[in-house]
Amino acid sequence: MSALRILVPVKRVIDYAVKPRVNKAQTGVETAGVKHSMNPFDDLSVEESVRIREKKRAPGGVEDICAFSAGPPKAQEILRTAMAMGADRGIHVEIKDGEELEPLTVAKLLKKSVEEQKSNLVILGKQSIDDDAGQTGQMLAGLLNWPQATQASKIEFGENDSVTVTKEIDGGVETVRAKLPMVITTDLRLNTPRYATLPNIMKAKKKKLDKKTLEDFGLTNDKRLKVLKVTEPPQRQGGGKVEDVDGLIGKLKELGAL
Amino acid sequence: MCSILNSRIWQSNCWRASLYKRLQRQIITEAKHRNLSCTAHRRLMDTTGFSETQLAVRAAVGQVCSRFPNTYWQDLDQKEQDPKDFHAALAHDGWLGIALPETLGGSGLGISEATVMMQTITESGAGMAGAQAVHANVYATQPLARFGSDEQLRETIPGIISGRWRTCFGVTEPNAGLDTLRLSTTAKREGDEYVISGQKIWTTCGQVASKMILLARTTAYEDAPRPSQALSLFCIDLDRTQPGLSMRKIKKMGGRAVDANEVFFDGYRIPANTLIGEEGQGFKIVLHGMNAERCLLAGEALGLGYAALTRAATYARERVVFQRPIGMNQGVAHPLADSYMHLEAAKLATYHAARLYDASKTDSSITQEVVGVAANSAKYLAAEAAFTACERAVLAHGGMGYAAEYDVERWFRECLVPRLAPVSREMILNYVGEKALGLPKSY
Repeated sequence: MSALRILVPVKRVIDYAVKPRVNKAQTGVETAGVKHSMNPFDDLSVEESVRIREKKRAPGGVEDICAFSAGPPKAQEILRTAMAMGADRGIHVEIKDGEELEPLTVAKLLKKSVEEQKSNLVILGKQSIDDDAGQTGQMLAGLLNWPQATQASKIEFGENDSVTVTKEIDGGVETVRAKLPMVITTDLRLNTPRYATLPNIMKAKKKKLDKKTLEDFGLTNDKRLKVLKVTEPPQRQGGGKVEDVDGLIGKLKELGAL
Repeated sequence: MCSILNSRIWQSNCWRASLYKRLQRQIITEAKHRNLSCTAHRRLMDTTGFSETQLAVRAAVGQVCSRFPNTYWQDLDQKEQDPKDFHAALAHDGWLGIALPETLGGSGLGISEATVMMQTITESGAGMAGAQAVHANVYATQPLARFGSDEQLRETIPGIISGRWRTCFGVTEPNAGLDTLRLSTTAKREGDEYVISGQKIWTTCGQVASKMILLARTTAYEDAPRPSQALSLFCIDLDRTQPGLSMRKIKKMGGRAVDANEVFFDGYRIPANTLIGEEGQGFKIVLHGMNAERCLLAGEALGLGYAALTRAATYARERVVFQRPIGMNQGVAHPLADSYMHLEAAKLATYHAARLYDASKTDSSITQEVVGVAANSAKYLAAEAAFTACERAVLAHGGMGYAAEYDVERWFRECLVPRLAPVSREMILNYVGEKALGLPKSY
């Protein structure tokens, strides 16, 4: 069994608990002065990679866990978090503040990194909670021509590089098996991410963090989509109270639901 | 018929209740599972200018604290029970070693970071009770780490960082108060031992601590070449099975989860090797850590103030009276806005002082007097800003501010601590008058 070289892409997003606000120009959401943190699905990817190593789940062992992020200078903070959780090193591809990469560009970037880092397993979030595209993992698998297992809730390693993944699907779970190298995207029930402890935060400061640019990978930030407008969802209308069951039925009929 | 009907309704209610409970449980377990906290994430304090490490400390300590919601602190406050598991959780993740040297298992960070940690604790809702549960372990261990022998350090520091032992600080006495040089607890050398007699007061965590950093008199006031050379510092075991040691809890206004005590020594024997540094150096050693403690206290006060103000602002936005949120009334909004400005100003003073304290270790151009003025000013300003914020938070809540459920009354009771301790407002004004303005000493 080959030793695992895991690449863990992570993204800096607006914290899950913050209520985003659309900016005045209606070109996007307000990001200045808003709390950011690691995309929660990426938190799961980092945790899983570290657990595979700690619990010695892969017969060939884990040789390297590399956290990877493309984003503004502050994206380094979440790379440090990933390293405090147990990733060995980090790669930061700096993008100018305010610029966004489309999923395909990210997938191309990841493909090049996988080749450069000789990764044989990519564990990434099934989506990022900012634009919810949910495409990157799939595109990456396509570009690499690797098998993919999406929405993983369980990852098990067998002999001869085989990996069994339990996937969350509508109405239940699906179990698939593939051979390394492969791409896995994570879902919420995979694990419970740990807190970074102080000694590990301190250790993370000393871990290697490589800085790169898109050009280093021979890529440019091409856009296929143009954002025309971003608006808030319509305000929810408050419901009405009905006296009894008959009232409820009457109301439903009135609304054409029955 | 009627009873059948009733029983049906009862059954269906039961079913509904159990479904509701199940759903609720599911939501709660999911939330726990995902580390989702239910505390407000809207943070008032502006964090521009904080270092990456400070922000990392704030985020990580905040995560630990989010496991201890306000109901936890309300409950312990009412039952006067020690927050053991909170102390254990912080110890487990290495936080008690934040400002202790790396060689001893600490993380070697400065007071700038330790202050962030203490602020984050109080700001989480834990209040002064949360801070006091760990305060002495962070602060009172500083003189030990700096002046203790290798043997003392190896024996005690790792145990304190891991949370196996808790420590308390025995300086204040009923008849000495701020006039530390007049303290009367004596340590008499007898062979390989010292014999301690006297009384300490306001010893926080005495009931749960197994170590005490003790300041005691080794030379009579009159016999010492200088009054400051008559005291010595010890790191002793608090062994309640030995004769000569007893303590009594003090009933108090706030922070009731954490005990404060009168400690009585009556011929309590300690081994001579518990002496920190040399005999007669105790006061000098303790002075060394005082500015650090001022900074930590200032941070704790800030956290309390921001917690209360956050709560008040939320309430003023949501509470509707006369068909409008009460925060729309300037009579409610202006006092809160004023409090915000004072807290932000005190924040700048606090982290300025902490930065000076840390920088003074390597930059000899920063005198202890400059650090002293900055640290005392910070403590003063932060305590006053917190007091005002807590009082206004209670008032903004109207009658509900008086209910324990809304937390602001708990923080209000606690916010007197940073005003009173570790040094009074009047002594700070004396100090600043003398050192910064060059006025003659008044006492």
